[in-house]
Amino acid sequence: MSVPADLKYTKSHEWLKVDGDTVTIGITDHAQSELGDVVYVDLPEAGRAVQVGDSFGSVESVKTVSDLYAPVSGEVTEVNGALAAQSELVNSDPHGEGWMVKVKMDNASQLDSLLDAAAYEKEIA
Amino acid sequence: MTTRTVPTPTSIFEKSSPGRIACNIPVAETPSVDLNEAIGETRDSVPWPEIGELELVRHFTNLSQINYGIDTGFYPLGSCTMKYNPRINELTAGMKGFTKLHPMQPAETATGALKVIIAVEKFLKEITGFDEITQQPVAGAHGELTCLMMIKAYHDFRGEGEKRNVVLVPDSAHGTNPASAARCGYKVKTVHTDDEGNTDIEALKALLDDSVAAFMVTNPSTLGLFEPRIKQVCDMVHKAGGQVFCDGANMNAMVGVTRPGDHGFDCMHLNLHKTFSTPHGGGGPGCGAIGLMSHLEPFMPGPVVKQDEMGIPILDTERPMSIGRVSSFFGQFLMAVRALTYLSAYGRDGLPEIARHAVLNANYIKARLKDVLPAAHNRPCMHECILTAKQYKAGGVRALDISKRLIDKGYHPPTNYFPLIVPECMMIEPTETESKETLDAFCDAMIEICEEAVSNPELLTSAPTTQIVGRLNEAAAVKKLDVKWQPPREEATV
Repeated sequence: MSVPADLKYTKSHEWLKVDGDTVTIGITDHAQSELGDVVYVDLPEAGRAVQVGDSFGSVESVKTVSDLYAPVSGEVTEVNGALAAQSELVNSDPHGEGWMVKVKMDNASQLDSLLDAAAYEKEIA
Repeated sequence: MTTRTVPTPTSIFEKSSPGRIACNIPVAETPSVDLNEAIGETRDSVPWPEIGELELVRHFTNLSQINYGIDTGFYPLGSCTMKYNPRINELTAGMKGFTKLHPMQPAETATGALKVIIAVEKFLKEITGFDEITQQPVAGAHGELTCLMMIKAYHDFRGEGEKRNVVLVPDSAHGTNPASAARCGYKVKTVHTDDEGNTDIEALKALLDDSVAAFMVTNPSTLGLFEPRIKQVCDMVHKAGGQVFCDGANMNAMVGVTRPGDHGFDCMHLNLHKTFSTPHGGGGPGCGAIGLMSHLEPFMPGPVVKQDEMGIPILDTERPMSIGRVSSFFGQFLMAVRALTYLSAYGRDGLPEIARHAVLNANYIKARLKDVLPAAHNRPCMHECILTAKQYKAGGVRALDISKRLIDKGYHPPTNYFPLIVPECMMIEPTETESKETLDAFCDAMIEICEEAVSNPELLTSAPTTQIVGRLNEAAAVKKLDVKWQPPREEATV
């Protein structure tokens, strides 16, 4: 199971990549493995405000539909449009081409409560 | 890699030959019309199958023989109660007095049928402990939705409808629970399950306030466990002004032994097509009968079948606060006939045997498989056992692979990956109608498969190999829905 060291993680299995005051968000390799083949990803439109802990979309797989939870508050600046036609990218490259949204953070200190790679690895062990 | 040996059957369209016909149409007493002239281009544009009677009979008989059902084998699909449906049910449901009824005939000419409805309701009131029953909902989820609509009407009537906009649902719930709540306009919040498999009381406490309209509880839970603090849970929700709905999908574990009405629930749904042996599968028809306490009675769907002072069935149609009809007429009436047959055949003394044997059978399977597929929770289960296959994951074998291999061994797979909170979950519900020999043969097959999972995992990951189709691409089945036969394109023939 791949858990890249340069990412931050949530207990609800989202990953974040921090770039200045913007974060890229997706679901982890562990999450995609548990979900099975992803068939549909429901994402918000760019410009939408999200609050930490709120559902901002969902992932539908052959097994279930799971909510996506915002790990930080802010505004969605970009959405991965490729997932509309190629939801399988979430399975094949969860930490790369399978990214979901970019969010401009309101409060970067919210990052402090997230898990690092070592802590997330313990979480899914 | 094992190759499949079963040939793929051809469709009826491919067996078609122009001009063949499977029926003799009686001589018409009216002027005849040429079919080709009458429907013209339609006939050319739609590939009607043209086939003789014998070929037609063989086609469908052969298809029926590759089907799998409770009449052909063990069907341990969890949360579904795939029990045997006694043949006597069909005998009574086929009686002319029932089949020749017309739904539009005046109620006073169908008092016998209304008496059947009343008799079933009497049984169900006694079994569930609720004050009222209606059999209008035609599916389990329909029963859930109806209960939530009544709860909404109840809060509206009390002037609390607006502020109570949240429905609580456990993280182990059937997916229909949050769906019904959302359909009713409620916001759904999740209540976590504790390590023992019960409602996390602290998590519930934290969520209870005057925004809560209802808590939907499945008892026994989808973990196959009886909620020991159910009375406390109901009391907590009531204290906060909310109502408690019981998802009765698992009623088979409680019939004649304990009553949800006594646990503190305000309403519940039952699946007559699970618990009370009206047929299940094939799309129904179902009956999601609901039970409710008297404070919800003004809101229940109408008309309600009642009896006058002489005991004659009458229809109560004056129900100004009712949520209205939730189906045409009285739901699936012949399900009531089947359920009454089943309930009467067992009777008061026999009914508790349903739950006792269902629970015993599930615990027997759990005990026999404990070394190869341990239970998710180490305590006695109810009518189904929830096992985990996580020990095989490192070797590349998932619960799904075990299920697919089970098909090769001649069994219908159990429910997989539900409830969601159990990793590599396998949910096995044997029901009360299976013999010890059948349970043993199934457990032997499961143990053999788990040994193969270690010694030869490819047998599992490439399964099934004994059926007309192999491992299906489930994602493609969702994304590229292809359910319509198309004549082969000419350019495709080489």
